[in-house]
Amino acid sequence: MEPIKLTYHVEGGDLIGAGEASSKMKMALKKLDLPQETIRRAAICMYEGEINMVIHADGGRAEVEIAMDHITIRMIDSGPGIPDVDQAMEEGFSTAGEIARDLGFGAGMGLPNMKRYSDEMKIDTTLGVGTTVTMRFNL
Amino acid sequence: MKHSVVLEYKRCRGCTTCIKSCPTEAIRVRNGKAAILNARCIDCGVCIQVCPHKAIKSISDPLDMLKKFRYCVALPEPALYGQFHNMDDIDIILNGLLEIGFHDVYEVSKAAELVSDYQRQCITGGVDRVMPQISSACPTVLRLIRMRFPKLIPNIAPVITPVELAAILARREAVEKTGLKPEEIGVFSIVPCSSKVTAALTPDGLNHPVLDGAFAIRDIYLRLLSAMKKLRGQELRPLSSSGIMGVGWAYCGGESAARMGERYVAVDGISNVIRMLEEIEDGRLPEADFIELNACVQGCVGGCLTVENPYGARMRIKKLMKGLPVSRNRFTFKGKDRDVVKFDYELQYVPVFVLDQDRAAAMDKLAKIEALEQQLPGLHCGSCGAPSCRAFAEDVVLGRASEEDCIFKMRERMQYMAGSSDADEYLPAPFRRKREPPHGHRK
Repeated sequence: MEPIKLTYHVEGGDLIGAGEASSKMKMALKKLDLPQETIRRAAICMYEGEINMVIHADGGRAEVEIAMDHITIRMIDSGPGIPDVDQAMEEGFSTAGEIARDLGFGAGMGLPNMKRYSDEMKIDTTLGVGTTVTMRFNL
Repeated sequence: MKHSVVLEYKRCRGCTTCIKSCPTEAIRVRNGKAAILNARCIDCGVCIQVCPHKAIKSISDPLDMLKKFRYCVALPEPALYGQFHNMDDIDIILNGLLEIGFHDVYEVSKAAELVSDYQRQCITGGVDRVMPQISSACPTVLRLIRMRFPKLIPNIAPVITPVELAAILARREAVEKTGLKPEEIGVFSIVPCSSKVTAALTPDGLNHPVLDGAFAIRDIYLRLLSAMKKLRGQELRPLSSSGIMGVGWAYCGGESAARMGERYVAVDGISNVIRMLEEIEDGRLPEADFIELNACVQGCVGGCLTVENPYGARMRIKKLMKGLPVSRNRFTFKGKDRDVVKFDYELQYVPVFVLDQDRAAAMDKLAKIEALEQQLPGLHCGSCGAPSCRAFAEDVVLGRASEEDCIFKMRERMQYMAGSSDADEYLPAPFRRKREPPHGHRK
């Protein structure tokens, strides 16, 4: 069985609209009748990833791959990159701007949550080129 | 499951208005007529409200049903109270119900106060529950959660609706009062929406229906109104027995207020409800402890079978509340008797959106749907009878439609067969590609 590939575009500068991709992915996963808890974890991670891309990278795209035994989500952006990945992974650390904070984002929980709710997470980042966060969820 | 929402075949002209508004994409147009996919219908009544030809309606019971029983009790939902102009006494409405054929009245708002008191006792008693609790009062919301948000089923407060509690208690009281057998007593709700008509005979969480039928507010309105007019100046039987908390259940926020918690959200309108459920599912609202969800705008006063507009009805109900005490009913049941408000069983997931029970087969179908959707124009024109290109792709893969039901796909094929790109050049205005204006057009 070939894995299914779904791609979602994440609009930059649209904090309110963030979550649309995660919502669409959730509906697709529900149609496959995958375990509800896994769907929930994947949706939470995707939403956090969307918010990150909107705040830091002017949007990007989310690639979802569904195989028989796992789901992989890749959040790909061409933003500024993360200078210190270890620091970014600390709970509470955030470089979000004032507007995002005023809306209640920027609590510094995005990447830590993505790690917590996924089974595996990997960050590939290059300054000035972009960041790809890859998350795996076992089925 | 028998739905109350049905299509009047003769009136339907096969336009595509309803298919787009249906929140569960449960309607398709086939052979010039709309067709409801019963398994997906949640009886929300949105299609009833938007149909320009009044071809979709909700079948409730005829008032003649009362003749089948020796003693009949009316259970008016509080939304009924907001349907009348210049009304300052709920007793006029309740006495009016006695005039049109009922022998007694049991206010749903009274049972609502019992439910609210029970909920408050659960909070102070520290009963262990999955947070946030989701209200079980709207049958449409329950059906929606069962189909689309199974993860949230444990969050639903396992409590029957006020109208169901009213039915159980009204029948008990009537048996005591009259000495008749329970089955000789007819207990009928008077309801604002299609969802409650359906729920009367197919309840969620109860093994057996507790009502004998439901009448739509809209259907009894004129008879009730003229009965009420005749009562003017006459002495009224004092029947009203609920307060502000019970009557407030008629509109969005009333149930939450009666629960007396602070960290609640009260949501109205089916699309807002869906958005809220998505957020709750992802844990995006961790501070809330109670979620009141009303499928209709403004809550039950916005039901599709009411007469007045929801905002006016809400205003009138608020005015009626002015003279009422806060609450007149306490939940005093003890021990096993307390279970009267509880569900008989836990609600079950209804996987109507699942493409296939077998994961590999479901994945195969999803891949085909994705591939087909890529080739569709994305105009969601509705000409194929499905609400969107995505829904159409799904219909094709599931065998409910054929690819050539898409007029654009059909056109491609005709062009191919004609061997020229000029074939069938005509397209209606919305689908035409923009052309450069001819030279000299602008001066």
